[in-house]
Amino acid sequence: MPKQEPKVRAHNFDEVAIGYGEEQALEEAARCLNCPKPQCVTCCPVELDIPGFIKLIKEKKYDEAARKVKEKNSLPAICGRVCPQEEQCQKLCILCKIGEPTAIGRLERFAADYEQEKGVETPPLPTPTGKKVAVIGAGPAGLTVAADLTKLGHEVVIFEALHVPGGVLVYGIPEFRLPKRIVKAEVEYIEKLGVKIQPDALIGRLHTIEDLFKKGFDAIFIGTGAGLPQFLRIPGENLGGIYSANEFLIRINLMKAYLFPEYDTPIRIGKKVAVIGGGNVAMDSARSALRLGADEVWIVYRRSREELPARAEEIENAEEEGIKFQFLTNPIRFIGDEHGWVKGMECIRMELGEPDASGRRRPVPIKGSEFVMDVDTAVVAVGRTPNPIIQSTTKGLETTKWGTIIADEKTGQTSIEGVFAGGDIVTGEATVISAMGAGKRAARSIHEYLMKKR
Amino acid sequence: MFEVCAPEIAVKAEPGQFVIVTIQEKGERIPLTIAGLDRETGTITIVFNEVGKTTKQLGTFKEGDSIPNIAGPLGNPSEIQKFGRVLCVGGGVMAAPLYYVAKALHEAGNEIVAVVGARIKDLLVFEEEMKGVAKEFYVTTDDGSKGYKGLDFLKEILNEEKFDRVVVMGPVVMMKTVSEMTKPFNIKTVVTLTPIMVDGMGMCGACRVTVKGETKFGCVDGPEFDGHMIDFDELIKRQRVYSSEERLASVFYEKLGGCKCDNA
Repeated sequence: MPKQEPKVRAHNFDEVAIGYGEEQALEEAARCLNCPKPQCVTCCPVELDIPGFIKLIKEKKYDEAARKVKEKNSLPAICGRVCPQEEQCQKLCILCKIGEPTAIGRLERFAADYEQEKGVETPPLPTPTGKKVAVIGAGPAGLTVAADLTKLGHEVVIFEALHVPGGVLVYGIPEFRLPKRIVKAEVEYIEKLGVKIQPDALIGRLHTIEDLFKKGFDAIFIGTGAGLPQFLRIPGENLGGIYSANEFLIRINLMKAYLFPEYDTPIRIGKKVAVIGGGNVAMDSARSALRLGADEVWIVYRRSREELPARAEEIENAEEEGIKFQFLTNPIRFIGDEHGWVKGMECIRMELGEPDASGRRRPVPIKGSEFVMDVDTAVVAVGRTPNPIIQSTTKGLETTKWGTIIADEKTGQTSIEGVFAGGDIVTGEATVISAMGAGKRAARSIHEYLMKKR
Repeated sequence: MFEVCAPEIAVKAEPGQFVIVTIQEKGERIPLTIAGLDRETGTITIVFNEVGKTTKQLGTFKEGDSIPNIAGPLGNPSEIQKFGRVLCVGGGVMAAPLYYVAKALHEAGNEIVAVVGARIKDLLVFEEEMKGVAKEFYVTTDDGSKGYKGLDFLKEILNEEKFDRVVVMGPVVMMKTVSEMTKPFNIKTVVTLTPIMVDGMGMCGACRVTVKGETKFGCVDGPEFDGHMIDFDELIKRQRVYSSEERLASVFYEKLGGCKCDNA
């Protein structure tokens, strides 16, 4: 797929991957063998009819292709961009045996973008059931539940804590990977279906779960995500110039700090930036830092390259743009200047020991290998934990010791009748598509619950 | 001072909680402590100083204008119960939300001794309201233009009178000073922190503050904390992180008359 040149894109926030034109899409679609027993569909969390929509692209019926996709997936332009297809549908593509798999994600994006450009139509809706559902959180899980339930005739209100809907799609994933106009358009489609979105509504504070039932909602879905930053808990971490990845990305993505002072929220970036962590959030932070004008950006990761949890495509993009890596390195202390601003980060070298519970080899510090990296900005991207406010304000809602809500994997049913949950709030930090899958399954069981309840 | 119509928030909010306000599409999210409310009319009171770009712009809002985004109530409510004799010290605009807390403490059966302070006489707010709930009432200004000059007089009061609790809301330096004064007397002193925040819901960690050696978030663990446990020097440094950008935005706004954003 065509991409912006690394040297150019490292200085702008425009989308990196440009997307297929019609000719390329047709060429790629033609590679799909339309297998009699397609394997790709078996591991799509939202059960997309992959050969079905690709066939329609082959026939140049792009509108129909988009509609086919939307039968199952209400956020296709988003999924086409941020799903890890290489670990899901494309991994099982028969073509992998002889070479590259069909680029399913790129074709999904093509169909969705085509429709967005042309103007999106909404499908006819069934007769209203008279049932009302409250969805908490307008992220990938919540938007999916809301769309699916609306299409089944239920009235849905989404309560979103921030001032803009989209959850991690707007506050977490940067513009250059997922343009915010794409998110806006897909959210607008869901609103056009009839879903009401109430922003600035932090459930647990503004209304409790109990309040929502009293207000007449028949069922509730909690999709509040994993939005709490984890820190390293090492000395000096509260110095100026040290951000959680969440703060860094919220300032840039949600508040558009890269356009300060046209936008009111500032961000300060130094010349030498260290990003601690090796996941997609670390890559996003590092690449954002580069685009904000840092001279040098390092990813500091305690394991080796092989263990990097980020998508291969994003690691490659980061490297092309000039991000540098310090593997097998762990920070142990930040050093500040006289103004309370970070000026250095003391690290220790690591080596890989025996595999731990996750099956990955455990990094062990090498004694006496301490050294100091000169940095004037650091971004801590070592994971996010579940948002705790609903758990702490809802009696009877069972949680794990990690603070996630306990919910049935297939149905999303929690310990309270009529309350369902799904996405990162149940699994801990995972992918957009897995949250959408959970939303889809929950929508099905909420529907069943509502129709049984008379 | 504004009264904002926000019925859902007015039903739920308690003294000590805050709201996050965004005043235009390209605006920042700023926290403002709730200074009172009326559950019947569905309004909440906010009081702010026109110090930065956003507050200056908010200051141009007229009666009937609407604030596009207001989220709340956020943070934990102030601890209200019968403590006995409570010294309430409010500085600058924070005297307004302090009054709201003092009133609740008064209603809970506490005897209130109130201090309202400001840099200069003209910046004093909520004196009359505070007098209404206080048994004893003092005024202080940094320059001595009204009442006592500075905070030193508090030492005498602390020496002569007995208090069961001290509640302080105001600039960080003032909260630090008062906390240091009360420490030798071993009086529980609670302060309301207003660190830099972005989301105000526990997501960004910009508001992190060291309390008893542990990192806490001002927005969700506070905003009320034990003043004797806070690393105030760190907090003061963290509050200055964006001072040059804040100045820039403010100058930019005033030079351009704010016209760029008015259509939002």
